[in-house]
Amino acid sequence: MSRGSASPPFGPLGVMRSWLRLGPPSPGRHRGSLIAWLILAIGVLYFVFPLIATLEFSLRAKPFGLAYQNVLDDPKFGSSLLYSFTIGLITIAISIAIIVPTAFWVRLKVPHLRTAVEFVTLMPFIIPAVILVFGIIRIYSAKPFVFTRTELGSDALLVAAYVVLSFPYMYRAVDTGLAAIDVRTLTEAAQSLGAGWGRILLRVILPNLRTALLSGAFLTLAIVIGEYTIAVFLARNNQFGVYLSLLGQNKAFEPAAVSLISFGLTWVAMIFIALIGRGARERVQITGAR
Amino acid sequence: MSFLTLTGIQKYFGTTAAVLDFDLAMERGEFVSFLGPSGCGKTTTLRMIAGFEQPTAGRIEIASIDITDLPPNRRNVGMVFQSYALFPNMTVAQNIGFGLRVRGRPKAKIDARVDELLGLIHLEGRGGRYPYQLSGGQQQRVALARALAIEPQVLLLDEPLSALDAKIRVALRAEIRAIQRQLGITTVYVTHDQEEALSLSDRVVVMSDGRMEQVGSPFEIYNFPATPFVASFVGTLNLVEARVVEAAAGRIAIAGQEVHAAGSVSAGSGGAVTVALRPEGLSLGDGPDGSNRLRGAISDVSFLGSVVRIRVRLGDGGPVLSVDTFNEPHSRPPAVADAVGVWFPREACLILGGAVTARPGASDPVEGA
Repeated sequence: MSRGSASPPFGPLGVMRSWLRLGPPSPGRHRGSLIAWLILAIGVLYFVFPLIATLEFSLRAKPFGLAYQNVLDDPKFGSSLLYSFTIGLITIAISIAIIVPTAFWVRLKVPHLRTAVEFVTLMPFIIPAVILVFGIIRIYSAKPFVFTRTELGSDALLVAAYVVLSFPYMYRAVDTGLAAIDVRTLTEAAQSLGAGWGRILLRVILPNLRTALLSGAFLTLAIVIGEYTIAVFLARNNQFGVYLSLLGQNKAFEPAAVSLISFGLTWVAMIFIALIGRGARERVQITGAR
Repeated sequence: MSFLTLTGIQKYFGTTAAVLDFDLAMERGEFVSFLGPSGCGKTTTLRMIAGFEQPTAGRIEIASIDITDLPPNRRNVGMVFQSYALFPNMTVAQNIGFGLRVRGRPKAKIDARVDELLGLIHLEGRGGRYPYQLSGGQQQRVALARALAIEPQVLLLDEPLSALDAKIRVALRAEIRAIQRQLGITTVYVTHDQEEALSLSDRVVVMSDGRMEQVGSPFEIYNFPATPFVASFVGTLNLVEARVVEAAAGRIAIAGQEVHAAGSVSAGSGGAVTVALRPEGLSLGDGPDGSNRLRGAISDVSFLGSVVRIRVRLGDGGPVLSVDTFNEPHSRPPAVADAVGVWFPREACLILGGAVTARPGASDPVEGA
């Protein structure tokens, strides 16, 4: 963007960028720029210091890199990560299958119910996970729905609970994605060309929600991988969050190494989303003026 | 035999009436425009034909088949939207071929049809582009091609040119008309732009407050408006109050000056009527014998390019008439306060407050308002 552009700054980073932009050499402007740099420096230090401290601590194990070596050599690290990823992916698939048609239908047919539906999806923020898991155990440990006695049944309950936990993130992401496209007109255009609801959802709506779905999916995955309370009560000890907790009780440097590895995976996922979402955002924003 | 028929269509949103007593029969290949201001019910009527809205009462038929209760995806009606509504995730070719893929046509046939339509809309070689890589006019042409690809029985266009700038609008409307004539497709066009409706259509339906005000050819709509609303909405018009002097002879008085209508006036002598006079139907001067003459003084002169609009105040503090004359660069335009005469033939005098009979050139009499 050229200097002096009239477009307003967007989001905290945009505001920060607009503050950092050097303007004409006026004393007030110069002071504002210095303050902005100072705030940015404090922010960077706030985030970077703990990482540096964790890295430094994880590297104290001798010989150099032993903590990382131990983590990568531990078969439970890989198996728990794989288990959580699998549970996470199943959770994401079910969550998308529930949320996308719901959010689409609410926007298209019952927009006056949007606030109510949004409130329902926020319930996991209101009801603590421990209450949720006790409720699940109480209902699904006795006849007629006995799920907790088998591994598969407990895994299914874990997924079901995580699907509920994913609602606020997935619904908001999908709803925001739907707001960015002209859902009604695109749906009507597809209908006039002969498409039924299934094709409209799969071929017209879903592809245009790619960025939103990736955001919702990533948040869901992050929650599932780090989740502890529900997994421990359902005795899912192979869940990554439980593994991390157990590791912290027995080892000194390895938990720090695992944290940094998780952090790295998170950033890789975010960069992945940003790269994939860039083209889709451009397409959605430029077309479909209403 | 009519091809598209709307019979007794009514549409209520809650207790609000959006469309009332709408009856229309269209021939195959006819181009009909729904013209009216925002909220007049024209788009709602179009959406009922498309199947996006369900009529509260009435019946819609295409080729004598009742489609009133058919879902939109089973009507075989093509629609072009104001906002283009191209699928952003698909290329131009994929957009055009979407309806054919839905119908399960073989890929080779879809490709051939897409190429044919790209040629029709003059976008050859751009099938691989995404909508965001096209201009607004190009996007709307793709939307038109997409709607035509399925060979619909009826083509519906909902203010398709509103989002485009003036020059492209004029070029594209000519293109739409040419394609419609070439394919002979029955078309309903919704617009609030009278110029668009008049230049494109075989017939125009003027709507106001959910009702049909008048249905007729552009010529009839413009020259013989049936109601004060049509007269005021279509074209520029001088609407002046007049008093009937002798109803049977069609003699009326405007600002105390007597003129003649083309026929008798149904309002009683001494009654008030509204007289509609098109600015281009009036001329400055005294005119030939037998023509109507009014005297006044020029109150304003506006230069509009090819036309100069002169406002003349009749009598002493009477109504103001707009008179359009062609711009002639070598003649001096009249000055404000000059005393002038305004003349017009009897046929130019439309009586809206009472029915005029024996009006030459009109297919049906003007209804009283």
